Amino acid sequence: MSANVNTDNWPAIKAASEAALPARVVEFIDGLKGQTHSESQLIAILHMVQAECGWLSQEHMEAVAQLAQIPLAKVTGVATFYHYFRLQPRGKHMINVCLGTACYVKGADKISQRLMDNLGIAFGETTKDGMFSLESTRCLGTCGLAPVVMIDDQVHGPVTPGEVSLILEKYLKKDKAPKA
Amino acid sequence: MTENMITLTIDSETVQVPKGTTVLKAAEKLGIHIPRLCYHPKLSLEGACRICVVQVEGFSSFLTACSHEVWEGMNVQTNSPEIRQARRDIVELLLDNHPMDCQTCDRDGICELQKQAYRLGVRERLFEGKRKRFPIDDASESVVRTPEKCILCGRCIRVCKEVQGVHNLSQHGRGFETVVGPANLGKMDDSACIQCGQCINVCPTAAFLEKDHTERVWQALALPRDVKHIVVQPAPSIRAAIGECFGMPIGTPVTGKLITALRRLGFDAVFDTNFGADLTIIEEANEFLRRMSGDGPLPLLTSCSPGWVSFLEKFYPEMIPFTSTCKSPMSMLSTLSKTHYAEKKGLRPDQVYMVAIMPCVAKKFEAARPEHAMEDGTPYTDAVLTTRELAWMIKSYGIDFQNLPDGEFDRPLGISSGAADIFGATGGVMEAALRTAAVKLTGDELGPLVFEDVRGVTGLKEATVNVAGKEINIAVSNGLTNAKTILEAVKSGGKQYHLIEIMACPGGCVAGGGQPYPPFDMDVLDPQLPKLRAKALYQIDHDKQLRRSHENPAIAHLYAEFLGEPNGEKAHALLHTHYHARMPRGIK
Repeated sequence: MSANVNTDNWPAIKAASEAALPARVVEFIDGLKGQTHSESQLIAILHMVQAECGWLSQEHMEAVAQLAQIPLAKVTGVATFYHYFRLQPRGKHMINVCLGTACYVKGADKISQRLMDNLGIAFGETTKDGMFSLESTRCLGTCGLAPVVMIDDQVHGPVTPGEVSLILEKYLKKDKAPKA
Repeated sequence: MTENMITLTIDSETVQVPKGTTVLKAAEKLGIHIPRLCYHPKLSLEGACRICVVQVEGFSSFLTACSHEVWEGMNVQTNSPEIRQARRDIVELLLDNHPMDCQTCDRDGICELQKQAYRLGVRERLFEGKRKRFPIDDASESVVRTPEKCILCGRCIRVCKEVQGVHNLSQHGRGFETVVGPANLGKMDDSACIQCGQCINVCPTAAFLEKDHTERVWQALALPRDVKHIVVQPAPSIRAAIGECFGMPIGTPVTGKLITALRRLGFDAVFDTNFGADLTIIEEANEFLRRMSGDGPLPLLTSCSPGWVSFLEKFYPEMIPFTSTCKSPMSMLSTLSKTHYAEKKGLRPDQVYMVAIMPCVAKKFEAARPEHAMEDGTPYTDAVLTTRELAWMIKSYGIDFQNLPDGEFDRPLGISSGAADIFGATGGVMEAALRTAAVKLTGDELGPLVFEDVRGVTGLKEATVNVAGKEINIAVSNGLTNAKTILEAVKSGGKQYHLIEIMACPGGCVAGGGQPYPPFDMDVLDPQLPKLRAKALYQIDHDKQLRRSHENPAIAHLYAEFLGEPNGEKAHALLHTHYHARMPRGIK
């Protein structure tokens, strides 16, 4: 076979995909070439992207699909199946509301609603200013403090709906304060 | 022999089947049809719907018949009261999360979920719960996705991946929120979808449908005749299949009735896509002979199937230079209707309204391509109806199709050879091209007519034909996973092929994404379906006086009067097109 006109867009796609991912990920995918069932490494690849970038953007996933030659629908299907994968950038502060049994009977649903109202986001989302991400969790082992909200690695409890805005304010203030 | 056979009991009857047979298949041998939804004999096992559950002695829970292999001494009950109740419960739960708008649904009467619900005895709704809500995705020119009607059987995912090698669909999310769609749950028009419509064919409900063009056709037909002159062209495959929609046996040729039905609907001129097919052969055979003489790359890949063309642009853009630049028969005929025909009729091009009846949903996409539009941007083909859409229009109009008298196509754009009819079958384009190429190469007007090697519904066929002392290596593929196989073989450069016919749909156009759903006791993708429909086309071909495209006198006249030389300047401007790499690039 021979053709005078070159209509292949693969070199351009390959270069763009490599540029979209951290070098470590590109290297890892390259290392899978020729291995049997290399497509089963998809979750490992996505883990690595998230570890390096904090989340999985559409651009990331498209690049993974092209370089690993795994259909994009499969990549995004897997990424949306697991709670672990973040499809939005992570906020500066991670809010985890405990929805375990003890916290729930103590009113975690009301706390959640107040947080969502205050931040204007739902679970799994990040505020527009990039300050907070909201997630739910099951039992942090501090049932005595129920209901609890964990922000970054700090546990707050027991929290009343009225205290929600005060707690958030504290984090905003802390960030604004000049560094000592 | 006997050690590989398993003896088991199903509903108190003993049956012997080979080791590895599933319970579902073993039951079929006894004439017991275990209900199924997600199961499809041509696709991998899913085991998702659970409707095929059976009771097996020694097991406290029910087993799925589709995924369990038989064992020696197995004792199966397929119809105990408990099983019937369990199946009914499963379907009731599916319906609980289903729109239940059967009366206004496109698949009313031909819906597998509806039929299963009735068969299993669901007579009332016992559960009322939360319903999933998803928007309709109708951004694609061809395929409309309605996730609320999806029952998550996964057939579309499997056909797209396993038969077409496109893998454009996946389940996204989890639990109650699970939804089937293209990557990122984006729009179908911005995905790797190649618009073949096989997802529509295998869907048990109306979660996938073709983009409706009936409304625009009704509107056009209602316009005053001095405003629009409405022209119609049915593809070869329509005459071999539309009879099924009116209760006629599969494979009944109904050309004459089809023409009469189109006239009764109010079309001003009834042309034949076959004329475009004959013209395609003239252009393509010339292109082939030119390349055989060293001018241009080989192998020449055919370009009639718009699903394949999309696949080429998204998956194999590097193969574009090998692909024939010939427009498809539909687009050739549409172009002629708005140029030569309009001129002769004393009409402006925009006064002609072209409706194509196609076995294909990708033709809707082809018609909308800017390459197939006139200078002012209006398309040469204004509407594309699938066989199903036309059948509905005929029914809706109250036409008694079965008892219609036979009509005839209008001249000259309705005259065609038998070579054009067989375009609908896999291998048909190849055979038609070879008939003409053989005569051109040998100069013998009585060259070979029938090329048995390229007939039949096998996914990939190869042959070497000897014409005028030249060995021509040909390949014919249908179903795009087979296209991948042959394209990879071409790329690896082992064998030199000269001519390759590629059709997107398994079985060719006769089993296209716009063809009638098979009867309820037959599976889509059953090879019998394209086989019987193709048989009708080969019969039409056999019964015709003209068998070779270049023998069509209307074609010769058209070149003399209007087009000039085949592959000449005017022919090139009007009858040829070009392709370009399209994003997103698919994963081979």
